[in-house]
Parts: sequence; structure tokens; C-alpha cells
Amino acid sequence: MKTFLNFIMSGLAVVFTGSVKYYLWLGLLLSLMLAGAYGYSIQLKEGLGATGMHDHVSWGIYISNFIFFVGVAAGGVMLVIPAYVMKDRDFSKVVLIGEGLAVAALIMALMFVLADLGGVTRFWHMLPVIGFFHFPQSMLTWDVLVLNGYLALNLAIPAYILYCRYQGKEPIKKIYVPFVILSVFWAFGIHLVTAFLLVGAPDKTFWSSAILGPRFLASAFTAGPALIIIIFSIIRQTSDYKISDETIDKLSTVVMFAAYANLVMLLSEIFKEFYWSSEHTAHARYLFFGLDGHNAVTPFIWGSVVSNVLATVLISFRSLRENHAVLVPACFVLFIAIWIEKGLGLVIPGFIPSSLGEIVEYLPTLVEILVTLGIIGFGLFTLTALLKVFIRIETGAMDRNKGWWVSPSAK
Amino acid sequence: MKEGSKTCSEKCFADMALKKKGSRRGALTALLGGAATAAASSASAAMATDEEKELKRIKRNEFFQKYYRVMTEEERATTVARFERKAKLEQGIEVKIDDTSARPDVMFGYAFNISKCEGSRKCVDACVKENNQDRASNIQYIKLFEMEGGVGSVHGGDSEYSHEVPVDGKYYLGTQCFQCENPPCTKSCPTGATWKEADGIVVVDYNWCIGCRYCEAACPYFARRFNWKEPEVPKEEINPKQHYLTNRMRMKGVMEKCTYCAQRSRHGKLPACAEACPTGARVFGNLLDPDSEIRWILANKKVFRLKEDLGTEPTFWYYAD
Repeated sequence: MKTFLNFIMSGLAVVFTGSVKYYLWLGLLLSLMLAGAYGYSIQLKEGLGATGMHDHVSWGIYISNFIFFVGVAAGGVMLVIPAYVMKDRDFSKVVLIGEGLAVAALIMALMFVLADLGGVTRFWHMLPVIGFFHFPQSMLTWDVLVLNGYLALNLAIPAYILYCRYQGKEPIKKIYVPFVILSVFWAFGIHLVTAFLLVGAPDKTFWSSAILGPRFLASAFTAGPALIIIIFSIIRQTSDYKISDETIDKLSTVVMFAAYANLVMLLSEIFKEFYWSSEHTAHARYLFFGLDGHNAVTPFIWGSVVSNVLATVLISFRSLRENHAVLVPACFVLFIAIWIEKGLGLVIPGFIPSSLGEIVEYLPTLVEILVTLGIIGFGLFTLTALLKVFIRIETGAMDRNKGWWVSPSAK
Repeated sequence: MKEGSKTCSEKCFADMALKKKGSRRGALTALLGGAATAAASSASAAMATDEEKELKRIKRNEFFQKYYRVMTEEERATTVARFERKAKLEQGIEVKIDDTSARPDVMFGYAFNISKCEGSRKCVDACVKENNQDRASNIQYIKLFEMEGGVGSVHGGDSEYSHEVPVDGKYYLGTQCFQCENPPCTKSCPTGATWKEADGIVVVDYNWCIGCRYCEAACPYFARRFNWKEPEVPKEEINPKQHYLTNRMRMKGVMEKCTYCAQRSRHGKLPACAEACPTGARVFGNLLDPDSEIRWILANKKVFRLKEDLGTEPTFWYYAD
């Protein structure tokens, strides 16, 4: 117990010490969180009317971001499979980074759902036992189960491994590997269930597609590992922790193939939506070309598709893919492109036109944007904290024999 | 505070309400009368704090209240009495909250005559007044689409018209909640806060709704309305004849919808829209009664329903003369 307390204390000490640049980063995240808290206080007082949502477009950037970050969380599994299942040495070393990312992304996803609730103080009505858990009928209850389960798995596995290493012991495989295998299936589960949440609405023809689930997986396995590559490059620049070129090369191949799968499915959807035009395909027409002069999201989706294709083409060339000056920006572009496609481009057009054919557009308000930034700030802080502790333990700068106080290093 | 002293007045209400359902209002006034006498003899400032305390307690109990469907009869009576008292304390109005459940051998159905409707929107106004919808954001359960002749899909209709009606060559088609026999909204709700009653009406337990709006996304007929802000109804316009599951006052962050005016229809009256219709385009009745007008229409007119292919089985039909 004492060791465990020390573990927590040293962890906290590590999180809050660092270079001037690091403090500036923390300061930025803190101001985002404060701005978000301010925005949320307005929303709590005024109700969801403080957002740009209305009865026609009843879900906006909160649910969009929720869906996207569930994907990022699932994307972490692209490190888990090669590391634990294929026993790849390069991936084994960095797999905990993927799990840390999954935790941060899940926390963001759950926070976005809470931010979206009209009666957040009544959320306990949804919990089993004390509330009424409308399971298995409601897909939302499935999402509650899979997201919280995945969060628990991704907290428990790395915590066990890191705690063992902190004590200087080898983690026992028999204990954690079964949970790792479970978490692989679970990763697919979280994103499929989240897709089914949308597919389950009987007359939202834009979402009512059997490949929505697989499309979610493909985009998640592109955006997640793309973000991990960016994180690797930041870690290499800011710490002594070694991540080999081979690891990044392997991961960039994963990004490339997932990006192909994503584009193939996007193309399939586009064919279905545009070859024969009907009431059911009005949403796609709205998204790509606008309807009756309403075209708020059109520039975003074209920007997304064009940059998605360009980045995919770039990383298709081995020489470019292995050049990190090209790879990292390309991954950044891919990540943003998928964010726009999954966010603005998926949820919002599903409501435009409405079930009765009316076209009312949606634009997020400042309050909504502040809350979104605040949640992202909190997520990035969680990620920073988890990675910092991980790196300190892995580089041997934090272990039980050195006490809980770790002097700040220059890096 | 303590369990025993928790809600003395509430318990009294419940007991009285249980003893004689009809006398609940009497009990309320008797108690208020007592309070008024007490107020006369004590300082009004002290009185105000007492009422504030009571309101606080009411709100606390409201927060912890159970899911309506699992409440016992007694708990329902207590809850209803609490909301009646809350209306008195907060707004100074006497409301009567009914909690009549579905009557046996009743299944409500609705028929809309597209030959007769002239698009006057009298039904819309009557609905808003009857059901205490938020006036600020102008929540309306009914939409009337002005349709071009020869067009059958509401996607081609216009619900925002603001000219003199009827217009030659157009017809009018009204939509509202169709109280589907197979409703996607109730299936999607994560807390079960919305469900279908035995007489076919889909209702919402406003205090159990968490405001996720999944039902609104699941509904194929755009029938659900959300309270994006705290609803506002001028005191003098509040309809005091309320039902727990229909037109009682809502709060911000919860879903609401048309209930075929269960507060009226369960007592043998027509829904407000059907009563207000100047052309006789709206027919409402019991589908299980073979002699009802609605049954006659289903047997003798050519009828259709919206988006029948979805399998939602609306209990709302359209027909033409």
C-alpha cells in the first residue's frame, strides 16, 4: 500500500515538473480547460439552448466529437495487436503509449456525451441498479457498457505493467495477457457499437448503411495510428526515450493500408448516394453540394476529402513515408481530415434535411466551441500526464528506490 | 432532514389523496387555508422562509424521485401532490394534476381528411394552449404542410406558409406524433423514460428523461420536441387541468411530444386539435369500438399512412373524400 501511494505521489510529481516549454504547454491546456468550464457554466444555466442545436439538428459538435474520439480510442489497438498478438518487439516497447491514448480519448468521448445531456444531474437514471438500464433495446446502453469497459481495461493493463516495473518486477503474462486479448475485441466493439447507435435510427437514411461500422473502423485505424506517429515524433524531440525508426515505419504502413480501406469505403458510399438521386440521398447532396442555397458544411467536406486523398497518396511512396519531415505533416493532415469527415461530415448532414424534408442548418455557438476546446484540453492534459509518467518509468528515472520526489530534469 | 420529518405535508397529501382521490384539491386548499391563517398571525418574513424551505425540500425530493413506472400507487399520489404544491409555491397557481392510467379496451386512433383541411392552423394554436408548450421558443407538436396537387411526399410540402388559406390547387396535410404501435423512439431511450401506454399513447416521464435526444433522432416523423431552454408560459395562460404524463409543466433539458391529449381523451373528450378543427378534417376515437367513427373511416375510406414501409405502424391515418 505504501509503495502504491509512493507510486501515485511520484507520478504526480513527474506530471507537474518540467521545462519552461512544458509549463507553457500545461498553461495552454489549463486555459483551455478554464474556458471550457466557463462555457459549460453558461450552458448549465441557460440549458442546451446556449448551443446552436435545435429540434431539426438535435445533435451537433458534441456528439460528432464523441464519435470521432471513440475512433481514436479504438485506433490504439493497432499497437496492441502487433505487440501482444504478433509479439512484435518494436511495438511491445511502445504499446503502453497506445493504451494511454485510448484512455485519454475515452475520457474525452465520455465527457462529450455528458456535455450533450440536457439533464446532466439526472444521468444516474441510466445506470444499472440505481436507475433503469434499458438494455438491450437501447443502443446507448450498449455504448455505456462498451466505453466504460474499454476504459477500465485500458486503465488496468498499463497500470499493472507500470506498477510492476516501478517496483522493479517483471509483470506476469498470465495475469495481463487475457485482458489484452479481450481489449482487442473490445476495441472493435466500441466503434462498431457507436456506429450502430447511428445505424439504428430507422429513417436517418444517411446513417442507415451496413458499411458505416466498417467505415468507422477504417477511419479509426487511420486517425488513431496517425496521431500516435505524431506523438512518437514529439516524444523523440522532447525526451530521452528511444523510439526506433522501424517502429514508426511499421506504424506508417498501418496508417497507409487503413487509409486505403477508408477511401474505398468512402467511394462506395459516394457511388450509392449519387448514382441514383432520391429523397434518401438528399443528405449527401446537402453535404457535398448544398441544398437550396444551404451549404454551410460544403467547403469543409471538400477540404477534408481532398486533403485525405493527397495525404494518402503522399504516404504511399516509401521514400516519402520514411521521411519524417513528410510523414508527420501528412499524418497531421489525415488526422484533421478524418476529424472533419467524422465530425461535421457525418452527424450533422444526417439531420439535414429533417425527417419531414425541411432544411434548417446548424452552426455551433461560441459556448459550444469553448466547451469542446475545454474537453480537448482536458484530454490532452490526461494524455500528457500518462505519457510523462510512462516515459519516466521506462527511462528508469522514476522507481521506488528513488523516493517520490523526482527532481525536474531539463528535458 | 430526517426520515421521519422528511415530508410531513407530502405524506398528509398522499394519505388524503389515497383516501379519496377526488378530494385531493380539497385537501390542498384546506391545508393552504390553514397556512394562510398561520401567516396572518405570524410575521410574513418568517412565512416566506418557511415556504422557501418547503420548496427546497420539494425540489430535493423531486431530484431523488423514482421512475414513474416503478412507483407504487401511493408514491404516485405523493409525487402528484408534490407537483401541485410546487406550482402553488412557485407560481401561486392552483393546478390539478391527474394521473389516470389507460382505460381497458381502449386503443386510440386518429384519421386526418386531406380533402377537408384548409390549413388554418386552428389545431396548432389549440394544441399549444392545451398542452402548456413553451411560448418563448414556440414549441408546436403539429405541423401543417401545404402540398402541391400531385405531390404525395411531405418532402415536397411547405410548413412555413404565411399567406391566406386555402390556396387553390394545394392541399394540406397535418403531422404530429403518430403514436406508432412499434415506436422507434421508445426503443432507443436509454433510461426507459418514454414508453407506450396500454391505450397506444406514447408518453414521457419528464423527471426521468436525461435529455440525450436519442429518441428525437430515432423518430422518423419529426414528432418530438426538446426544451432547449427553460420553458415559459405566462401565468394567466397556464392550463391548470394537467396530467402527470402529458401537459404538466416541463423543465429545460427534457423531451416532450403530442399525447393525443391523454388528459382529455382518457376522460372521453376529443384532443384539443380535433375539437378546434373548423372543417371536421380531424377524426379521433377508440379503435377497439366497432361503432366508432374512426372504425367507419378505416372500413369505408381509402386510407394511407406516412412512411408505412418503415414498419412503425402509426395509429394515424390519412384519407380523402
